[in-house]
Amino acid sequence: MGDSATSLPAIKIRGAEKYFGALHALRGVDITVEQGEFFALLGPNGAGKTTLISMLAGLTRADRGVLEVMGHAVDRDYRQARRALGVVPQELVFDPFFTVREALRLQSGYFGLRHNDDWIDEILSNLQLTDKADTNMRALSGGMKRRVLIAQALVHRPPVVVLDEPTAGVDVELRQTLWKFVRRLNGEGHTILLTTHYLEEAEALCRRVAVLRQGQVVACDTMAGLLQARQASTLEEAFVALLREV
Amino acid sequence: MGVGFATLLEKEVLRFWKVSFQTLLAPLVSTLLYLVVFAQVLGQRDSIYPGISYAAFLVPGLVMMAMLQNAFANSSSSLVQSKVTGNLVFVLLTPLSEGEFFGAYVLAAMVRGIMVGSVVLIAAWLFFSLSVFSGVWILVFCLLSTFMAGALGVLAGVWAEKFDQMAAWQNFLILPLTFLSGAFYSLHSLPPLWHLISRFNPFFYAIDGFRYGFIGASDVSPWSSLVIVGSTCLALSWTTLALLRSGWRLRP
Repeated sequence: MGDSATSLPAIKIRGAEKYFGALHALRGVDITVEQGEFFALLGPNGAGKTTLISMLAGLTRADRGVLEVMGHAVDRDYRQARRALGVVPQELVFDPFFTVREALRLQSGYFGLRHNDDWIDEILSNLQLTDKADTNMRALSGGMKRRVLIAQALVHRPPVVVLDEPTAGVDVELRQTLWKFVRRLNGEGHTILLTTHYLEEAEALCRRVAVLRQGQVVACDTMAGLLQARQASTLEEAFVALLREV
Repeated sequence: MGVGFATLLEKEVLRFWKVSFQTLLAPLVSTLLYLVVFAQVLGQRDSIYPGISYAAFLVPGLVMMAMLQNAFANSSSSLVQSKVTGNLVFVLLTPLSEGEFFGAYVLAAMVRGIMVGSVVLIAAWLFFSLSVFSGVWILVFCLLSTFMAGALGVLAGVWAEKFDQMAAWQNFLILPLTFLSGAFYSLHSLPPLWHLISRFNPFFYAIDGFRYGFIGASDVSPWSSLVIVGSTCLALSWTTLALLRSGWRLRP
């Protein structure tokens, strides 16, 4: 990447607001994630994490504010913004009509990429899915489906990857496989935005963290800075202290 | 329209092809049953148009009815199923435009409608003597009518959020529109009120114009039918694209 590209933030969110009827789900969120960061977006249930991610991905429209991925506005320049973003959704969704390889080829094609099998094979191998490539999605276990979701998010080689609670309900082996692979991606320059309720995972993986509460950013700091400010020894202690603050 | 559009089209065609027993064979059997029963029961009556057998009148109507129903079913059921199971997110996360999204779903619906219509027509040809008056009219109405039903299916699929909402479209709109479309009878045989109501049914014009291509006779001018079916296609496209651009029900 050139200098002009690296100077752009991977994700820029300014004044993001969202209403669902009377519910003010996001109340002016500002977050900047620099390129190459492993960034944690934390918060209790209903804090607005998934809404914010949905807005970044174009699945939900912001009522106010600016959201950019690699300098591309998610509304005006949605094609480039979506090409730059890979999202692993929280829900375990899949298309029952297709095998794993078919699903990945189709996902690749949606992004304009034909003949992408070398990369697809590499992802399958890294996620230990090679022997399941020709298995129908319906026949996979929950953990395997989760791996395919990750593969689908990576199939177009996005520079920015969003993982929305990727380890919810999955076994230890998959977690280890997943984090090894995601760390490698981050090491290769991919920006990672992670939401999780497993705070020890966020603490081990992420350098910076933002905490949302009731649709507002109540902290955005380095992991060390967050712990120091709350005189906490773990992220969990700091998180609990933060949520108790008025 | 590039690789992304072609891929979504391919996926939509594969989706119905993989369950062709249900999506192609089942409509063929049910349409042939209609044909056998109605041709036998009503075939002895006076012909609707002079010199044209009832079977020759009925077959084009049933073929078009099958095309309309299956084109609608393809786009609508695919969308509502993807919404309910959540896998529509795989399409919504991509850089596909609203036009590509709409075009791929409609074109796949046309492919299924035309495939069903073709097999029904070939099967009917084995049992009944049929003729072709104008291949151009047949092709024009085949394309426009399946487009119309496919576009209506996209509109219904975008609107519906549950399977029972889609069933309401099927039972309270599509079924009456197809059965009150003159597939089995001429409009002139209806009482004045039903005649008038049928005049507002775009499916009637699709069937009447399509049938004109086979028998060279119709209840209204095929040019009038062309204008009405074409206008309906434009209105449905404009409405659905506007809704897609607004994010209605898909990107709240």
